[in-house]
Amino acid sequence: MATQSATAQPNAHHQMAATTHEVMIHAEGVTKTFGQGSSQITALDNVTVDIRKNEFFTLLGPSGCGKTTLLRLIAGFDLPDAGQILLDGQEIGHLPPYKRPVNTVFQSYALFPHMSVARNIGFGLEMQGRPKSEIKNATEEMLALVQMEHLAGRRTDQLSGGQQQRVALARALAPRPKVLLLDEPLSALDLKLRKEMQIELKRLQGETGITFVFVTHDQEEALTMSDRIAVMQAGRILQVGGPKEIYNNPARRFVADFIGDINILDGELDAKGERVILPGGVSIGALLPEGAARTGHVSVAIRPENMNLTAADAPEAALTGRVTNIVYFGAGHNVHVALEGGGEVLVRRAQTDAQIGAHVGLSVPDAVQVLVD
Amino acid sequence: MADLTSSSAGERLAEARRQTNAAARRRRWQLLSPAIIIIAAFGIFPLTITLIYSFLSPGTYGGVRWEFSTNAYVQFLFDRDIFDDTLQFSATYLSIFGRSIGLAFGATVGALLIGFPTAYFIASKPANQRNLWLFLITLPFWVNLLIRTYAILLIIRDEGIVNISLMWTGLIDQPIGMLYTDYAIFAGLIYSYLPFMVLPLYASLEKLDFRLVEAAYDLYASRFQVLRHVIVPMAKPGIVAGCILVFIPALGAYITPELLGGGKELMIGNLIALQFGGSRNWPFGSAAALILLVVVMVSLIVYVRYSGKEGSNHG
Repeated sequence: MATQSATAQPNAHHQMAATTHEVMIHAEGVTKTFGQGSSQITALDNVTVDIRKNEFFTLLGPSGCGKTTLLRLIAGFDLPDAGQILLDGQEIGHLPPYKRPVNTVFQSYALFPHMSVARNIGFGLEMQGRPKSEIKNATEEMLALVQMEHLAGRRTDQLSGGQQQRVALARALAPRPKVLLLDEPLSALDLKLRKEMQIELKRLQGETGITFVFVTHDQEEALTMSDRIAVMQAGRILQVGGPKEIYNNPARRFVADFIGDINILDGELDAKGERVILPGGVSIGALLPEGAARTGHVSVAIRPENMNLTAADAPEAALTGRVTNIVYFGAGHNVHVALEGGGEVLVRRAQTDAQIGAHVGLSVPDAVQVLVD
Repeated sequence: MADLTSSSAGERLAEARRQTNAAARRRRWQLLSPAIIIIAAFGIFPLTITLIYSFLSPGTYGGVRWEFSTNAYVQFLFDRDIFDDTLQFSATYLSIFGRSIGLAFGATVGALLIGFPTAYFIASKPANQRNLWLFLITLPFWVNLLIRTYAILLIIRDEGIVNISLMWTGLIDQPIGMLYTDYAIFAGLIYSYLPFMVLPLYASLEKLDFRLVEAAYDLYASRFQVLRHVIVPMAKPGIVAGCILVFIPALGAYITPELLGGGKELMIGNLIALQFGGSRNWPFGSAAALILLVVVMVSLIVYVRYSGKEGSNHG
């Protein structure tokens, strides 16, 4: 019960898979600054990333981390100061937006208010000068794809937020772009609709086979939908990986902190750098990310659901402390425990018989993630 | 007992509400009265006089004789033979109307072609610079129209700066006769009424959601296609307002054709002025003014209807 070694899956799986995938977008050393002089802001700082064909790729980070800037550089609304952007092997970094086979779903939807739903959807094909019959067929197909056939003749300002969202999606998908860019498209929707659209987007991505690049600051949204996630902060990409890898093996303190709740504890690496000694003296396996210290003082991360409450004197109790609070949140309980040696940890259990003030032990997984600061 | 008090309280409340409503109504009329007085005194009253005068006979030394006559309207379309009193169709005045409409229409199109890029330029400037540009656009208004028109006259006359510099550079050896032509009137009208075009255009372009422009670029629209399919339709309310604001005063312009057309090239404004002055035919002047009014109103209704059909129903 005390051991939850599922967290200890090595990263090797993902790395091996990566080599067999074809790359759709390759950004190399992309830098973008805004403003001048002392007010200059570096929005992207030497970013290099590969986005694979037919994957749902998410740029995740707090506001101002550069995720939207990267999206706008791919779309062509801004031009990079340095670096290259290759789409399907071709350099597109300096092409205007209308010459890139890339379409965008805007945060504000940006539907044309003077056109009907159908004309909005057909707009891209119309501008490409496609024949009328093709535009009509594609529009009908897209209307069916987003289940909006009955509203084809409506004006867009007569639609609800969710419907506008669907039209914006259909409009961007209609010209069959190589990459669909989505700039926080769900942020204006209420929670229930947002959850529905998350599933819907994933379905659309699978059905169309188009590469999706999705920008969000909502970590839950990113984990739900993505094939891979790039976590960004201050113009840099900190970690790229699948949702499970990002969640279970955050390499950096920022990534660990940003995604979900996590307990960050002090530890001491042994001489070989294989095991880490927790403050209570218990030694457990260490998962070392690239660039981490090999010895000495480190931080380790343990998810609240990977810890368990035990009796204080149980053999599997790696840490001991006193329960300070128990918060029920519907799907489970958050148990706050003040550690013996100082600091507080959070333990998440579906059921608990712990009492506030009780002296408890805490079990930890066999191996824990070591963080790079 | 409790019922009784509550019902009497209800009655008192209703009475109080009646009084409040009556007071509110009185106050509303009081507040509206300045506007009503102004409209009556400066709109309805002069128009009524004009209407009455147009159905009277001209006085010998100007003014009117109080004798009912439809001659003014007949004169507009027909020539009366002085010997046998028969009527013959005459296009003299119609052609003046036609010329005026043509010149005003041309000036409107010209002002739109110059005003649209100007307004777009201002709207695309950072917000803190726009007021300066708008100020520069309206600056000529601070100078009297007569003086501005004389300034154009001085610039384009045979000894004006345009001809002198062209001759000095050797491009021409004879001055180009620009003054007293339709082109001079045309240029003068555009110059005089350009701000009336720029300001409403700016007002609608300033509200333009630039994200829509980005969306159109993203959907493979070239610069020209973005202009045609997004910016112009979105600016339509401003285009309609600007065209109306330029066309109407240009149609009735007096000073510009008088000075730049040399008085020979008549527009409606000059025709009307002439009737009240030299020709001493006030009824005909009144009739011409009313016909102009009707023409403007009808063309306005047609224009707004037509342009309302596609697209201006938003914003």
